[in-house]
Amino acid sequence: MQSKLMSLSEAVQTYVHSGDTIYAAGFTHLIPFAAAHEIIRQGLKNLTLARATPDLIYDQMTAAGCARKVIFSYMGNPGVGSLRIVRAEIEKGNLEWEEYSHFAMISRLQAGATGLPFMPMNPTAAVDLEQANPNYRKVTDPYSGNEVVVVPALIPDVSIIHVQRADADGNAQIWGIIGEQKEAAFAGRRVILTAEEIVDEAVIRSDPNRTLIPGIVVDAVCQVPFCSHPSYTQGYYDRDNKFYLEWDKISQDPAGVQTWLDEWVYGVKDRQEYMQKLGPEVQARLKIASRPSIPVDYGQY
Amino acid sequence: MSEQSYSSSELMIINSARLLRDGDVVLVGVGQPNLACNLARRTHAPNLVMIYEAGVVGAQPARLPLSIGDPTLVSGALSVCSMYDLFAFYLQRGCVDVGFMGGAQIDRFGNINATVIGDYAHPKVRLPGSGGSKEIAAWAKRCILLTPHQKRRFPEKVDFQTSAGFLSGRPEREAAKLGGGGPQAVVTDLGILEPDETGELVLTALHPGMTAEQAKANTGWELKVNDPLRVTEPPTGEELRILREELDPSGIYLKGAA
Repeated sequence: MQSKLMSLSEAVQTYVHSGDTIYAAGFTHLIPFAAAHEIIRQGLKNLTLARATPDLIYDQMTAAGCARKVIFSYMGNPGVGSLRIVRAEIEKGNLEWEEYSHFAMISRLQAGATGLPFMPMNPTAAVDLEQANPNYRKVTDPYSGNEVVVVPALIPDVSIIHVQRADADGNAQIWGIIGEQKEAAFAGRRVILTAEEIVDEAVIRSDPNRTLIPGIVVDAVCQVPFCSHPSYTQGYYDRDNKFYLEWDKISQDPAGVQTWLDEWVYGVKDRQEYMQKLGPEVQARLKIASRPSIPVDYGQY
Repeated sequence: MSEQSYSSSELMIINSARLLRDGDVVLVGVGQPNLACNLARRTHAPNLVMIYEAGVVGAQPARLPLSIGDPTLVSGALSVCSMYDLFAFYLQRGCVDVGFMGGAQIDRFGNINATVIGDYAHPKVRLPGSGGSKEIAAWAKRCILLTPHQKRRFPEKVDFQTSAGFLSGRPEREAAKLGGGGPQAVVTDLGILEPDETGELVLTALHPGMTAEQAKANTGWELKVNDPLRVTEPPTGEELRILREELDPSGIYLKGAA
C-alpha cells in the first residue's frame, strides 16, 4: 500500500492552484477550516468556492481575498443569522455567485461523483431561481412525457474532506453527519483528505461498512487534529457555537476581520499552533462525554 | 412567573408546535421551527419523527441544537444518511408529512421568499437563499410556517418566489401536480392565517389580547377575517418552562417583545 501522507501545507501547495474551483465539504460537521486557513496563508486567489453552505469557512476566505465566485444553496451563519462578508460582497457587486437549492446543489455533486452529465429532479413549481440561474434546465422524461428539472454535474478541481480516521492510502471512515462528503470526494479531480487520526489499515478493515471514501479517489492524506474547529468532529470535539455567535460580531467590522485574520490565520504557522493558541480552556469547553456504539460482529469466514 | 407573561417569540413557537400531530414525520427547519418541533416532541407529540436536512432521521436531541447540523442530533438518532439520500429518498419519495419553516416574506397565497429583497441581479438585501425550502414546500404533505406579523414580511406578492405556496391560487398548485399539499397554516405573533378554498391566507385565529385590526394593519394585502374567529389558548406554564429551562436557557431564540 502506498503512502499519501504529507503535511497540509505540502498538500495545498501541490494540489490547489489559484483559479481553481474548490469544494471544502461538510454540512456543519467536519468543515476543514485548517485547510482554508492554509489556502489563505499561501495567498491563493480567484478561487471559485463551492459549498452548499458557505459557512464561516468561505466568509473567512472571502475576507482574505481568495474568492472570485461562490456557488451555494444556503448562505447564512447556521442558526445565527447572516453570513456578513459574503453577503456584503455580493450586495456590493464584488463577488460573483451561482445559486441553487440544497437538493439541486447536491444533485450536481451526485452527477459529478457518478460520471453522469446531469441529474433530474421533480419540479417544485417555484421557478424564480430556475429562471435566474441558466444552469437549471428542463427536459422531457422519455417514459412519461412529463417535464423534469435538471442540473449539470459539478466537478471541483479540488475537493477537501475532513474525516475522523483514515489509513495512509486515504481509506477514510466517517460517522455522524455525512452530508455531501462522499459525493464531493468522488466528484473532485483532486482530493485532499485531512484526518483527526491516521490509523493502521487493519483498523479500517475491521469495520468496512464505515468506510465512506476509498483511497482510490484520494491524492493526499494529512493528519490534522482539530482541523474542523470552530465546526466539529463527531465524537472528538464539540461545535464551538460560542465562536459562531462571536463571528457574527467580528464580521460586522472589516477592520476587525483583518485583525482576526492577522491573529488567527497569518499569525500561526499551522493548525497545531492554532490549537496551542486556542489554549486548554477552549479545548476543555469543547470536550465531550463518550457514547460509543455497540460493536457489530462481521464474522470470520 | 405569571402564565400571562410570555414573549411574542414564545407565543409563535408554542402555537406552531401545537399544529404538529403525534406520529408526524417532520422536516425541521433552522431557528424557531427547531424549537417548536422539539417542544412538540416533549409535550403532546412524543412520537414525532424529526428529520433534519443534514441527513438525520429520528433525532432525539438532548440539548437545543443551535444549527441544524449539530452533533446532538446524531447521538441517539434512528438513522444518518447523506444529504442526497435525505432529499431524494425521504422528501422527493414522499415520506415527509410536515415541512416546518420560517420565511423572510410570505405572500397572500403562501408563497415564500427567502432569497432576495429587490432585484435578483442587483440585490438590495441578499437573504440566505433556499437551503432545503424549495423542495420542502413542494413535496412535504403539508407545511407549517411561522414568522412575526409585520407588513414588510406579508406583501401582496413576494419579490422572489423561493418556495411555492399556492402560487396564484389552488388551481395553479393543483395543475403543477406537486407531491405536497402546500401551507397548512402561518403562525404569527398576532394569530394564525390559514388558506381558504382559493388558497388565499385568511385570519382564522387571534392570540389572547390581539385584535383583527392589528393583524389587518400589519398585512400587505386586504386581509380577510374568518367568521367565526378563534382565540388561541394562552401558553401553559409547562410549555413555557420547557422552552425556557430545557430548550433555550440562554434565550437565543426566545428573545422578542414581551
